[in-house]
Amino acid sequence: MANTEQSVHRKRRIVNSLMTILTAACAVFATSILLFIISYIAIQGFSSLSFQFLTDTPKPVGEGGGIGNAIVGSAMMTALAVVLGLPVGIAAGVYLAEYGKNWFGNIVRFVADTLIGIPSIIIGIFIYTLVVMPMGRQSGLAGGLALAIIMLPIVARTTEEMIRLVPNSMREGALALGAPQWRVSWNIVLPAAASGIATGAMLAIARITGETAPLLFTALNSRFYNFFYDQPMSSLTVQIYNYATGPFEVEHAMAWAATLILVGLILVINIFVRFLTRKKF
Amino acid sequence: MEHRIIDQQLNRLRDKILLLGGATEAAVNRAMQSLTNRDSDLAKRVLEEDKIINQMELEIDRMSIEILALQQPAAHDLRFVISVAKITPILERIADHASNIAEAALILNDEPQLKNYVDFPIMAQTAAEMLRAALDAFTAEDADISREVIKRDKEIDASYHRVFNELLEMMIDNPSATTSAAHLLFVAKHLERIGDYVKDICELNVYLREAAFIKHSSIQ
Amino acid sequence: MESKISISNLDFFYGKAQALFDITLEIPERQIVAFIGPSGCGKSTFLRTLNRMNDTIPIASVTGTVMIDGEDIYKAGTDVVALRRKVGMVFQKSNPFPKSIFDNVAYGIRINGIHTSKADLAARVQKALADAALWDEVKDRLTTSAFGLSGGQQQRLCIARALAVQPEVILMDEPASALDPIATQKIEELVVELKREYTIVIVTHNMQQAARVSDKTAFFMLGKLIEYNPTQKMFTNPDEKLTEDYITGRFG
Repeated sequence: MANTEQSVHRKRRIVNSLMTILTAACAVFATSILLFIISYIAIQGFSSLSFQFLTDTPKPVGEGGGIGNAIVGSAMMTALAVVLGLPVGIAAGVYLAEYGKNWFGNIVRFVADTLIGIPSIIIGIFIYTLVVMPMGRQSGLAGGLALAIIMLPIVARTTEEMIRLVPNSMREGALALGAPQWRVSWNIVLPAAASGIATGAMLAIARITGETAPLLFTALNSRFYNFFYDQPMSSLTVQIYNYATGPFEVEHAMAWAATLILVGLILVINIFVRFLTRKKF
Repeated sequence: MEHRIIDQQLNRLRDKILLLGGATEAAVNRAMQSLTNRDSDLAKRVLEEDKIINQMELEIDRMSIEILALQQPAAHDLRFVISVAKITPILERIADHASNIAEAALILNDEPQLKNYVDFPIMAQTAAEMLRAALDAFTAEDADISREVIKRDKEIDASYHRVFNELLEMMIDNPSATTSAAHLLFVAKHLERIGDYVKDICELNVYLREAAFIKHSSIQ
Repeated sequence: MESKISISNLDFFYGKAQALFDITLEIPERQIVAFIGPSGCGKSTFLRTLNRMNDTIPIASVTGTVMIDGEDIYKAGTDVVALRRKVGMVFQKSNPFPKSIFDNVAYGIRINGIHTSKADLAARVQKALADAALWDEVKDRLTTSAFGLSGGQQQRLCIARALAVQPEVILMDEPASALDPIATQKIEELVVELKREYTIVIVTHNMQQAARVSDKTAFFMLGKLIEYNPTQKMFTNPDEKLTEDYITGRFG
């Protein structure tokens, strides 16, 4: 009897250690891919990095050139997307969480989930038909709109999830003091969920900063600094695409450098998000 | 249903108080026997056993306090513990009166017998019956019997007055018997007091059963 | 003793399921009434009918009357906001808002527009905190987060928050169930203290707590009011066998 127990115990210990090792190996594998990509990009791109590269516009091969206008373009279109998508997304999320326990809420939720699943290039085509064709040309406005549409459902759903995490007891506490429902949502629930919503927003921003496909149809590209939304606008991702598909080694090197900048930016946003969420616990 | 921790402790407390009641009853009966039968050995035994009764009183006190502090009894449980805690010192005092009677017996047994004890056995028997009935009523939590017993206290009081007058006449007629008569008077007084205490026990029985305080209110 | 709240023939339904059956009860003014009973007996549900907190549940419905100061609070056109200002509530789990200590207490005053000036607001916050026996502990850190307080302090903060809007009745839903004995004792002392100015209804799982603080106790089981009597009678000689069995721990 004691012997069987002992052997069962031994077997369990062995299985336990095996599984621990296996899961640890998978974890190491997953992280090492990220590390490999980042270090490969860094090695490939670091040599072409310079102040001039960060500020210059693209030039014919052999004359140098850079991604200054692409950085500005990306920043402007992301900013437009944030201004358009964030308030609407958050408001929609608040609605879904606080008042959306009905058929209409279910439809909105279903539509948002579907929208998240739609490939971003389709959103690009959609904006192309709706904005670019009537305007007669690609523009920063069209690019920003496409990014806003991608961002909207992500922000709405993360906001909803974050608001659902706010304990109901907090709402009841405010209601019991005679607060009307809208005030409870506005100055109790929303502040309580603020850091979570900010996290969701930053993740959405990181996501749209890395989008290429929808911008190809909508913002196109530009070889110059452009500060107006009604003109075609350059972006980091499209510029990378252009450099990478060019025939010359120099261009490829510049593509790697631009990639390094993009990955760096997204990394910074992600670290910033970590910082925001850490405060909560 | 009865799987509560407090039940075990209440049952032990019930056992203890019944033992104490039995011992007290025996003490009263033996004290009176030692007097009527002029049995000094029995009187000594009563005095000896009073120590055990004192011991039991302390133990019941300790148990009652423990239950109150640790189990926080409510409703009937609470009334039971309170009744036990209040009845215990009453029983101990009844036993003290029994000891006092035994002490008187030791003195009287060395003196010539004054008279045939006629009233005393009756009085003692009434007291013993009342005590037994009171303890039975406590066990059965019977308020009606308790009320009956309370009424019987008057019988003891009447006996006491009869004995008192008798002994007083004796002292006047025969001054040499004064010492003995005085001791007998004390015995009568002890029995009368025992009757009062039995009445107190019965009042607590009614409290246990009905949560009503009938003490200091005229009995209907 | 005048009745502050009188409930008659109250039935409560969650959808089709009936949770409370024909409750009739008088709650006297400036007294503490405790509701006891096993889990799910409906005592919390009943408490919540008294300030219409159950309104937030869409499928809930109520029949019968709840009169507070002679006004039926379920009458059409009742101002629920005004009702809840008059009938404050403290919950089982302390639920401070994610704001500073000061703003927590000031919240109800602000939304109801009770204060006349900034100084008046500050004075009202101080009085509420003092009445909740918390002022001395927090006066030097009013602007810090309410989450920095201990569990017992948070619960007293919630009581202060409820007091700040000057209610007449305070409903307490197991206010000390998540607290240690010392913090519980403070809450209980506070509750007894508050009786001078407020009518208090307290739901508790802790029978000793009901015994310690309340003037009257109501015992509920399976949605029915089994017995309602002075607390002293309830715990020494209850009328109902069910009550006796419950308070002596024979079931539940």
